[in-house]
Amino acid sequence: MSANTLPEGTRPLVRARNVHKSFDQLEVLKGIDMDVMPGEVVVILGPSGSGKSTFLRCINHLESIQQGFIEVDGEQIGYKIRKDRLEKLSANGIAKQRRKIGMVFQQFNLYPHMTVLQNIIEAPIGIHGQSRKDATDNAMQLLERVGLSAKAGAYPRQLSGGQQQRVAIARALAIKPKLMLFDEPTSALDPELVGEVLATMRDLAKQGLTMIVVTHEIGFAKEAADRVVFMDGGHVVEMGKPEDVIGNPQHPRTQAFLSRFL
Amino acid sequence: MSTATTTTNAPPSGGADFRDVVTAHAPFRTGRLVLWLVVLLVAADFIWICAHNDGFDWPVVGQYFFNPTVISGLYVSLGLTVVGMILGIVMGLVIAIARLSQDRLASGFASLFIWFFRGTPLLVQLIFWYNLSTLFPRIGLSIPFGPTLIDWDTNSVITPMTAAIVGLALNEAAYMAEIIRAGLLSVDRGQAETAEAFGMTRARALWRIIIPQAMRSIVPPTGNQLISMIKATSLVSVIAMADLLYSVQSIYNSTFQIVPMLLVAVIWYLLITSVLNIGQSYLEAYYSRSERRGATAAHPAPAAAIEEASH
Repeated sequence: MSANTLPEGTRPLVRARNVHKSFDQLEVLKGIDMDVMPGEVVVILGPSGSGKSTFLRCINHLESIQQGFIEVDGEQIGYKIRKDRLEKLSANGIAKQRRKIGMVFQQFNLYPHMTVLQNIIEAPIGIHGQSRKDATDNAMQLLERVGLSAKAGAYPRQLSGGQQQRVAIARALAIKPKLMLFDEPTSALDPELVGEVLATMRDLAKQGLTMIVVTHEIGFAKEAADRVVFMDGGHVVEMGKPEDVIGNPQHPRTQAFLSRFL
Repeated sequence: MSTATTTTNAPPSGGADFRDVVTAHAPFRTGRLVLWLVVLLVAADFIWICAHNDGFDWPVVGQYFFNPTVISGLYVSLGLTVVGMILGIVMGLVIAIARLSQDRLASGFASLFIWFFRGTPLLVQLIFWYNLSTLFPRIGLSIPFGPTLIDWDTNSVITPMTAAIVGLALNEAAYMAEIIRAGLLSVDRGQAETAEAFGMTRARALWRIIIPQAMRSIVPPTGNQLISMIKATSLVSVIAMADLLYSVQSIYNSTFQIVPMLLVAVIWYLLITSVLNIGQSYLEAYYSRSERRGATAAHPAPAAAIEEASH
């Protein structure tokens, strides 16, 4: 929301230019350009296989790209410039870059051998050097925010899918990320549990967190997105305000995709 | 309509009442009873024969069971097992990680190590280490093709003890590497990816996220390895290392009471492995604690947590 009121000339938090990605012979991203401003909520829609999840995973270098440029918060992801030449970063260098990016996965991926609280404080203590007390206090606040304070001592297996995903969101927020990536966060949930996760995400959007969300939830895109991106076949087909892209799609492929949800 | 359903559901005997399964009886099985009796009879007969066979010489077994030579041999066997196993697990972990690494040098070295030490008999390896001095009279550190920095006389370094430890540990490391590698591979790929996405270094992700989850599939075969390690220590008797087997051999070489002395060793081996089995089941329970739905180890979950988990 705050994206609309940013001063002229603010540098985008995420800049992607001409991003190409192939798995062996199969080219899944065929030149993606995208800027995301600080505080902006971008929702990426598109049919399965359109490359939207792959693009999201390229932003924090879970997938490497074969051509193009991706920058987050002024740093080129996965590379550094040394003696005026572009050089691949070491694994630890990439790990450092990822520390300001939170990620929420389709399958939640909570650490099953740790309690809810241990899941949340693992990265703040181990990677960001917080004291156990600070990390625990912060974790309890986050659990309160996602409505799960009572579950701090439970193991992930004891929670429903919706609860697990809310814990996963709290875990990602605990590192105080500048950017949050959501990779189909509600796709693995039973229909009656989708609402609670979307409500949590809507809250975050209102609070001005920069978010890139890959999803099939058109309703969420309409309500919470500052901008909607429609991808198909490895291209960005259409991009704009939700009322334009969803309410009045111009491209036939966007129209065909959206007609299935009406 | 309702009469029709009643007729189809009614038992063939024609009884109209619904018999609650609570009142059900287990049928009496004559065949099982006969089988039990036969087996018990054969077992009793076998025990009777063993107890009355003078060849077993049970009084001698009792007499030598706590003999100082036997006990010191027992300590040697246990010590070799513990040291060999610890070294084997540590080296096995390193080799497993190297084998899984993207680095061709590391994974190539690990594969070669496993191929060699799993592919040759332990007995041969032990004799080989013991006789190392015939190949390399002196061992030390030197720059390849260059000057020697420091060296020792091989015979002063390789005693029966060091040969036994080196042989057992290297052999164990090769097996443990494969067990640990399988354990690491059994952990969901998403876990490593999540750790990566949170900016953990590879080492931290392994130590905090992957290995604790891999333990559930590493512990049972490691228990197996530990038990076979205890028995494998008996091989060191061929390089004059005074383990449990060597000790009883040294006694029966002078008394010629071969069978009773071997029984002493057998009973001790069985006692140790039984104790280890109990330890293993505790370890397995520990590493599967997050699997249990009902109770949590540190904080008892509120009843609501368990209830809600059912959907």
